[in-house]
Amino acid sequence: MRTNDDAGVIRVHKNKCLVQTADFITPVVDDPYLYGRIAAANSLSDVFAMGGDVLTALNLVMYDSCNIEKEEMREILKGGFDAVKEAGGIIIGGHTVEDSEMKYGLSVTGIVEEEKIVRNSNAKTGDKIVLTKPLGMGIITTANKVDMVSEKTMEEASKIMAHLNLYAKNAMVEVGVSSATDITGFGLIGHAFEMAKYSNTSIVFNTKEIDYLEEALYLSSIGMVPAGSYNNKHYTENAVKFEIDLKDEEKMIFFDAQTSGGLLISVPSEKANLLIEKIIEYGGIYAKVIGEVVEKQEKHLIFV
Amino acid sequence: MGEKKVDARGLACPQPVIMTKNALSSIDEGILTVLVDSIASRENVKRFAESQGCTVNVKEKGDIFEIEIVKGFTCAIPSQEEKDSIKSNKVVFVSSDAIGPDYELGKELMKGFLKTFLDLDRKDLPKKMIFVNKGVHITCFWEETIEHLKKLEEMGVEIYSCGACLNYFKITDQLKVGKIGNAFDSVQSLMQGDSVVNLG
Repeated sequence: MRTNDDAGVIRVHKNKCLVQTADFITPVVDDPYLYGRIAAANSLSDVFAMGGDVLTALNLVMYDSCNIEKEEMREILKGGFDAVKEAGGIIIGGHTVEDSEMKYGLSVTGIVEEEKIVRNSNAKTGDKIVLTKPLGMGIITTANKVDMVSEKTMEEASKIMAHLNLYAKNAMVEVGVSSATDITGFGLIGHAFEMAKYSNTSIVFNTKEIDYLEEALYLSSIGMVPAGSYNNKHYTENAVKFEIDLKDEEKMIFFDAQTSGGLLISVPSEKANLLIEKIIEYGGIYAKVIGEVVEKQEKHLIFV
Repeated sequence: MGEKKVDARGLACPQPVIMTKNALSSIDEGILTVLVDSIASRENVKRFAESQGCTVNVKEKGDIFEIEIVKGFTCAIPSQEEKDSIKSNKVVFVSSDAIGPDYELGKELMKGFLKTFLDLDRKDLPKKMIFVNKGVHITCFWEETIEHLKKLEEMGVEIYSCGACLNYFKITDQLKVGKIGNAFDSVQSLMQGDSVVNLG
């Protein structure tokens, strides 16, 4: 099936479709178990973004045996295993190669009925835009590599990244939404841009409603911004109009590449409150309306 | 006045920033030149140097960026912006002039704790310190601590003493540091602060 979506979809039997995706990341936190969980949550997220259920996963391990102890490696895998189990799936194998820099992630297979696929290209004028995790993770994990993050913020960021988008997905599928994607490497702006572009609409963000971990702003101001976020800015800034006066370091948060970010959901206006209620009821940690879909303007994204 | 060079070519973020940070802290004033070879590193190093109040000039030489950072003269005195804004939104609430049940020990602890704030990194400083009840004795009478609080105030920490409390003790005219705060401002600060730390 042709899409510009988060994962590949193929019909295998009548209306049953497989959703397939793979992702792996370098360590973003110091604790190996948490790193495993976060890497898995990040990989699983693409299936959730399309409204799918997780069936199976394969471990993808690029093992830096010079710097990672065997015991730590076991912890990483346990983190991944637990995340997949929580998602309702099971890890049925995998592959390991030696590498000079540790990387871990999953190849994931999910399932979804064709009529229930949630695409990123179906946002409708008048829809509300809901975000299900606060931003700032790219900047925070970059700064964490050089121990520049407070313990409290790091703890909060780890919790957010380790949280599965499963619960937001369950709510989204039940309530019925127009469109969804997950916020990962291209940041809020990159992923919202794709949604707006392929839906032939524009999205207006209510800037003060967009939450990020507060310390990210300070860290952004002292140059703790990952290279990927600058790439995002380079590729997408022409599609964005800032009608609100923002400091450069705050703009960078909206361009910031996220690890295991939340879902970005376009939902009919009258269902937005119900969606938010259900996300929290089903175990989500956060959900908020941050903008709305409007008819296509000169720019696809507008911050007011 | 010294000249220094840092070669951060080929390194990933945030290493160039950390190298710049270390090099800058090793000189009192002078020019630091940082070489980088990516736009991300250029932006991050520039951002960092500017956040430290330095003047930055970038030259592009082929694929390499030469970032000239001037420390001292223009940045020896903290810029107004740096002086005014504390990034955190923490509030320290001081409701007594002693910490813990033993009064004599508690007063010493209070002195020590308030002094120790001066050792914190700028990013960890509270946005506001609010003194209420017997806490206002500190801002009126504790000479040594008042000096410490004045320094904190210079670093951008807002210091308030409760007006009703000063009035109650009849010492309003003896306040030596910070401003007089009212109940609304205090309660608003407590509710808007991301975290509130109680001392005393």
